[in-house]
Amino acid sequence: MTAQAQDLVGATRKESRRLFDSWWQEMTAAAGDGRPTAYVFVMGSFNELLRVFDFVINFPEITALQTAVRGQSMAYLQAAEDYGFSPDICGYVKVDVGLQLKGGEHPHGRVPRPALALATNMCNTYVKWAEFWEHHYGCPVFVLDLPAWRGAGAAPDPADPAFERDRRYVEGQLRELIALCERITGRPFDIDRLRESMAETNRMAAVYHEVLALNRHRPAPFNAAREGITYQGIANLYRGAPEGTQFFALARDELRERIRLGLGTVPDEKFRLLLAGTACYTHFKRFVELFESWGGVFVLSTYMIFAGGGFVPGFGYDLTRPLESLAEQMLQAAWWGFTGSMFYPQEWLANAVRDWGVDGICLHGVKSCRTTSTGLPDVREWLRTQRDVPGLFIQSDLVDARLWSDAQIKNRVDAFFEALAARKAGAGR
Amino acid sequence: MGELERIVDDCRALVEDPSYPAVRRWLADHPGGKVLGHFQVYFPEELAHAAGMLPVKIMGAGSTVQIRQADARIAAFVCSIVRSSLELALSGRLDFLSLFVIPSICDAVRNACGVWVRNFPQFPTRVLYFPQNAASAHAVDYLAGEYARLVRLIEETTGQPVTAERLAASIAVFNENRRLLRELYRIKRETPWLLSALEAYVLTRAGGVMPREEHNALLRRVLELVGQRPAKRQDRIRVVFEGGYCEQPPLDMLAVIQDACYIVDDDLLIGLRWLVDDVATDGDPLANLAWAYLNASSYSPVQHDPRKPRAEMLLRRLRAAGADAAIVAAPKMCEPGLEEQVHYTRTLEAAGIPYLVLEFEETMTTFEQVGIQVETFAESLLFEFA
Ligand code: SF4
Ligand code: SF4
Repeated sequence: MTAQAQDLVGATRKESRRLFDSWWQEMTAAAGDGRPTAYVFVMGSFNELLRVFDFVINFPEITALQTAVRGQSMAYLQAAEDYGFSPDICGYVKVDVGLQLKGGEHPHGRVPRPALALATNMCNTYVKWAEFWEHHYGCPVFVLDLPAWRGAGAAPDPADPAFERDRRYVEGQLRELIALCERITGRPFDIDRLRESMAETNRMAAVYHEVLALNRHRPAPFNAAREGITYQGIANLYRGAPEGTQFFALARDELRERIRLGLGTVPDEKFRLLLAGTACYTHFKRFVELFESWGGVFVLSTYMIFAGGGFVPGFGYDLTRPLESLAEQMLQAAWWGFTGSMFYPQEWLANAVRDWGVDGICLHGVKSCRTTSTGLPDVREWLRTQRDVPGLFIQSDLVDARLWSDAQIKNRVDAFFEALAARKAGAGR
Repeated sequence: MGELERIVDDCRALVEDPSYPAVRRWLADHPGGKVLGHFQVYFPEELAHAAGMLPVKIMGAGSTVQIRQADARIAAFVCSIVRSSLELALSGRLDFLSLFVIPSICDAVRNACGVWVRNFPQFPTRVLYFPQNAASAHAVDYLAGEYARLVRLIEETTGQPVTAERLAASIAVFNENRRLLRELYRIKRETPWLLSALEAYVLTRAGGVMPREEHNALLRRVLELVGQRPAKRQDRIRVVFEGGYCEQPPLDMLAVIQDACYIVDDDLLIGLRWLVDDVATDGDPLANLAWAYLNASSYSPVQHDPRKPRAEMLLRRLRAAGADAAIVAAPKMCEPGLEEQVHYTRTLEAAGIPYLVLEFEETMTTFEQVGIQVETFAESLLFEFA
């Protein structure tokens, strides 16, 4: 390995740490000096708009996930359950409730109080979650409706009057949100700053797509369950900021270098997999290892689609009409997220299997997340019977360690790989 | 058995029969008639009615149907009503549907819409996105547009044009139904010894699975008969039951509760009573329905509306009913219900109003535990108030 290659391999990881640290420093400082903070979610991003008003942006899904990766989510969950929240509801909500009850103290820093809570209807639980902040802090809550997939039909067509009607509704709501942000921050809205942020997102989205596409290579240079989650984190936190674009350019260069050097994410890639849903973050290393020990690599995940910024293929804001275009892209992303990965994902999955050379799909049902998990057994059945795609359905959680059953999951993963191996051997005959 | 008791018994038999006898009777009487099924909570049934369709509430199967096929299609941690509604369809019991609409009430059922679309290509299944940004100045317009979109689908399904006149006529039928239901609830609130909560419940619920004109006639007769009942007031605590907006508690659970207290108000099947006033019949009917949904409506954990802070709405319901206490229930595995429960109980606590927390499932078959809890709760309050 040359010195230059050595510099590049591992550079993304270092830079991601720096960026996460810097986000936490900003949040912790805001907790001290009271700079207005907006709480937002990963599906339906408001970053470009919030940057115009200089909000600090808190992503509670990310802070919750981080407690689990650190092995510390249970104390927060417990605090929320002691407060009255049921064991059966979304674990992310409960970790955050626990965090708020503990005054924002997090293993990485301190979460500031919200000056504004923003939710979209991409997940109904977002709305209930935001209502908790409303009750707890008395902060304003703004819910943005993104009516998208209604149960049928092809991708939305901007030329369709029905789409135009939806777009107008979203744009109208965005204008109301702008007025609210002006009231909260006392700053006037500056459309040129919005344009700048949107231009930055355009640049970032282009590189994000390049990064994703590099994983079509055999062996895959990154694991969509492991590195993918870092990419998503940065895509959300730094959307609309130059650091985000620079990060993905670095990631792209590192991945190209890995490909040039023949470095796969596992030493001997045997099976290419697609992850429908998320990993389990209380057992993150273990989750990935169960698959990697068989030479299995997640080359793509639906999570990177629905929570990665919703960069639909061909994504690009039209900077000549920023608000209209923002509304349009939010709707397209919502439609893409719902159909491409959550409610009606079968065609998208079948196409991804074909295009990414996937051997099998792991569908991970998250006990406390009905948004992503409810119909997964049915999707698996559809793929098996209609497209002859092998699927493994396992269940655990994102942040609740009590729901991870190691022996049971290992048995199922092992049986899945044995079946995949037999299938490959059969195909080779 | 008197006439009123017979009507109540018939309604109970009707709502406990998963073969939807009233729907099948209607179909026999209306050859070629089409049925629109809709999931909880609220649906503007007028849209279907105006095209001559029979709107039918699909609200689970209680313990009347064994889940055999749905479990293989839906993850285990989803509430029972989503599961049993799918089972009804997979087992052919909903073979009369020409169209199914799922309001976007929660994550579980919205995702389950995909399951319906994949499994039942023979009829369209659609999500109806009600505004969660209810206070937006654009919400009424948007919702009227959603209704128009549905009307087009209904017209395609039936071949019948839905004119403004027909819509206005349908609104009048449902206005009457809502008025009669309000009257039923007034009696329950003011003289609960004349009409038990269980009776009021089955009488209300029958409306979801039979033609509404028939239901109106039935309710009119019931209201005549109720006043003639000789029942006497008893010394019981008065409670509001909250938590029945979507999955329905088993009838026997309500029976056990009413053995110990008067349920003077509730949110059971709140969708049928969502619109709290008559909807205007002049002007644009779709805009009127949309306006009423947003501006003259009840509350539930699945609608976000800053103008209707729910815990405050619950306190108002308690005050209006002169209730001593609340039973704050939630279905098992119901994300919105269980989350709301926390806020409700904390608010009640702060207001110094006694409450009992219950979790239920439509498939429950033993009620001893609930009985003991409710009895102990009621006794402690009677003692306190004495
Ligand atoms: S229910 Fe699922 S999508 Fe919604 S907030 Fe929880 S984890 Fe996220
Ligand atoms: S009971 Fe709760 S979780 Fe189930 S469909 Fe109704 S609102 Fe959704």
